[in-house]
Amino acid sequence: MTLTLGHFLSIGAVLFALSVIGIFLNRKNLIVLLMAIELMLLAVNMNFVAFSHFLGDVHGQVFVFFILTVAAAESAIGLAILVLLFRNKNSINVDELNTLKG
Amino acid sequence: MSATLSASTLLAVPLAPLAGSILAGIFGTAFGGNWIGRRLSHSLTILGVFVAFVLSALTFKSVAFEGARFSETLYTWMVVGGLKMEVGFLIDSLTAMMMCVVTFVSLMVHIYTIGYMEEDEGYNRFFAYISLFTFSMLMLVMSNNMLQLFFGWEAVGLVSYLLIGFWFNKPTAIFANMKAFLVNRVGDFGFILGIGLLAAYGGTLNYAETFAKADELAKLTFPGTDWMLITVACICLFIGAMGKSAQFPLHVWLPDSMEGPTPISALIHAATMVTAGIFMVARMSPLFELSDTALNFIMVIGAITALFMGFLGIIQNDIKRVVAYSTLSQLGYMTVALGASAYSVAVFHLMTHAFFKALLFLAAGSVIMGMHHNQDIRWMGGVRKYMPITWITSLIGSLALIGTPFFAGFYSKDSIIEAVHESHLPAAGFASFAVLAGVFVTAFYSFRLYFLVFHGKERFDQNPDAHHGHDDHGHHDDHHGDHHEPHESPWVVTLPLVLLAIPSVIIGYIGIEPMLFGDFFKDVIFVDGEKHQVMEELAHAFHGSAAMALHAVSTAPFWLALAGVALSYYMYMINPALPAAIKSACKPIYNLLENKYYLDWINENIIARGARGLGLGLWKAGDQAIIDGAVVNGSWKLVGWVAGLVRWVQSGYIYHYALVMILGVFVFMTYFVWLNK
Repeated sequence: MTLTLGHFLSIGAVLFALSVIGIFLNRKNLIVLLMAIELMLLAVNMNFVAFSHFLGDVHGQVFVFFILTVAAAESAIGLAILVLLFRNKNSINVDELNTLKG
Repeated sequence: MSATLSASTLLAVPLAPLAGSILAGIFGTAFGGNWIGRRLSHSLTILGVFVAFVLSALTFKSVAFEGARFSETLYTWMVVGGLKMEVGFLIDSLTAMMMCVVTFVSLMVHIYTIGYMEEDEGYNRFFAYISLFTFSMLMLVMSNNMLQLFFGWEAVGLVSYLLIGFWFNKPTAIFANMKAFLVNRVGDFGFILGIGLLAAYGGTLNYAETFAKADELAKLTFPGTDWMLITVACICLFIGAMGKSAQFPLHVWLPDSMEGPTPISALIHAATMVTAGIFMVARMSPLFELSDTALNFIMVIGAITALFMGFLGIIQNDIKRVVAYSTLSQLGYMTVALGASAYSVAVFHLMTHAFFKALLFLAAGSVIMGMHHNQDIRWMGGVRKYMPITWITSLIGSLALIGTPFFAGFYSKDSIIEAVHESHLPAAGFASFAVLAGVFVTAFYSFRLYFLVFHGKERFDQNPDAHHGHDDHGHHDDHHGDHHEPHESPWVVTLPLVLLAIPSVIIGYIGIEPMLFGDFFKDVIFVDGEKHQVMEELAHAFHGSAAMALHAVSTAPFWLALAGVALSYYMYMINPALPAAIKSACKPIYNLLENKYYLDWINENIIARGARGLGLGLWKAGDQAIIDGAVVNGSWKLVGWVAGLVRWVQSGYIYHYALVMILGVFVFMTYFVWLNK
């Protein structure tokens, strides 16, 4: 069997769905939440690369590099916030972080 | 003096009494530390009024004989949009006549007060009030615009309120002044609506400018209806006149106003203030002429007042109340004359009435003083021996009031009766009957009073409540000796009586020809000669004052008056048992009159209670339920409820927000990708 564009897009979609579910079902750990977001970005990258390859357009792969850098920066900031949060609250439990409540 | 009037002289006329009033009112009372004593206080106020009188007389001379006129704005108070609010004077023959009447009667009353209020603690306060009244009344009559007229109108109302309640320890006086104030509010409401209508559609408050636009105004109709605008405005203005000039059904305050001291009953509630309404209608004659409906309305109201208030005078036992009801009745006559378009006749009667009614009131006050503050005519009688000057002047006043030929009242009242007779308005039939019957009634109660007080047996030692009850002064003075005989009043009291008696006799004889048929009021009072030919027909029948008086012997009013006098002579001198017999025979009618046609009852139980019920309803349902309950409390409850709902959505969990976001993206994508194809 040959790999088609459909297969790659399916992997991307599965990865994205997994990460969305990871965000919603995760009630415990903020780190898992951050990982789920990373996963979501990777799903997008997968799509970009797949389209780039099959359509013969190199722009998609350029975008992937951008996204990877942004994702790295974002996780760095996210982890920094997480450390600060833990210092203040002594917890990174998502269910306890509801100070946005009106 | 040249034929021009200077503004400063005219300004001095109202300001002189005001200065006297301020000095006496501030420095003569406890308010300013009782700086000036009684003598200085009455000297100052009398000086002020005297200056005003002399200047008024000079003004009258140059207006009447040299044709001087003055119409100028002296001060602009404010300008709102195109509407100017100004202080200014309009001096013409009507104003000049009113100024003379007001200042003359006021001067007489000032002098009289020295004697009448001698023992009163509020002596200086009283002088301050009556001078303030003179100022207000002069501002009213001299005004050249409706706003200043309204200012004077309210100011005289205020002084009237203060003076009716002069003895503020007396509950009845406080009740009476409140009543006068409230009833006048009803009238003033109409009055200000009328002024507002004229200002809204004429765009000006000035008399001359409004009259210049009268023809334009006459073409307009009241928005949303097919009523003539001018009719609505005139009736509104006349409602103001009904309040101030005590016309039915807003007359109820005037008899009660007799709770005040007698001098102000003479000045305010007989001679001047109550005629302000008559003056105002005469002043606005170019507007009233345009509306036959308003004239009919005026005539009917006047006729009801003239006749039915006269009936009430018959059964009163308080000397001042009899005179008060006769004032009501005479004001009704003036109003009828206004309705018949005989404005000059109304003003003429206003003038003669001012003199003889002030005289009657002051004479009544003199009798009250002589009787040691007993006001009940049942306990008088035979006073003529003790008080000769009061007796003669009262007789002159009564003769003038009932319209004896050659006396002042005859000329004005007979002219009114003739004018109504000549009028062709639909209401004229009823009015004509009412004024004729009124002549008989007037003669009857006037001479009932006269005979009971001055003739017959002396009954003053039979008064069951001589030492209490009808004490005019509210406090008990040192008259409580063993001497019960009346005594003549001091010269400060009798001098004004004599000075008022002179015009009461002659003013009609002199005044009728120039005022009614000459051109005295030519450019002041406007009568539409095409529609209302009353004055022309009167002039046609007039052949000189003396001829009019002689001719009167062959007319109905003279015989009716004579019959009234004769009947009262029979009932109260020859056969004194008769009135009591009639009284018990006609119990229902007597009760009706005794209760003043139950108008007070209606006012208190239906109108006042209805108004209170309405107020209570608006308070409970409108204020508490709707405004407080629904609007004020309801709005915060609604906000709280909505906030509770929204707060539930704002859980604070990030994954809830993310879920909503994802769902939103899903919905949008569904829409754009599939449904929007």
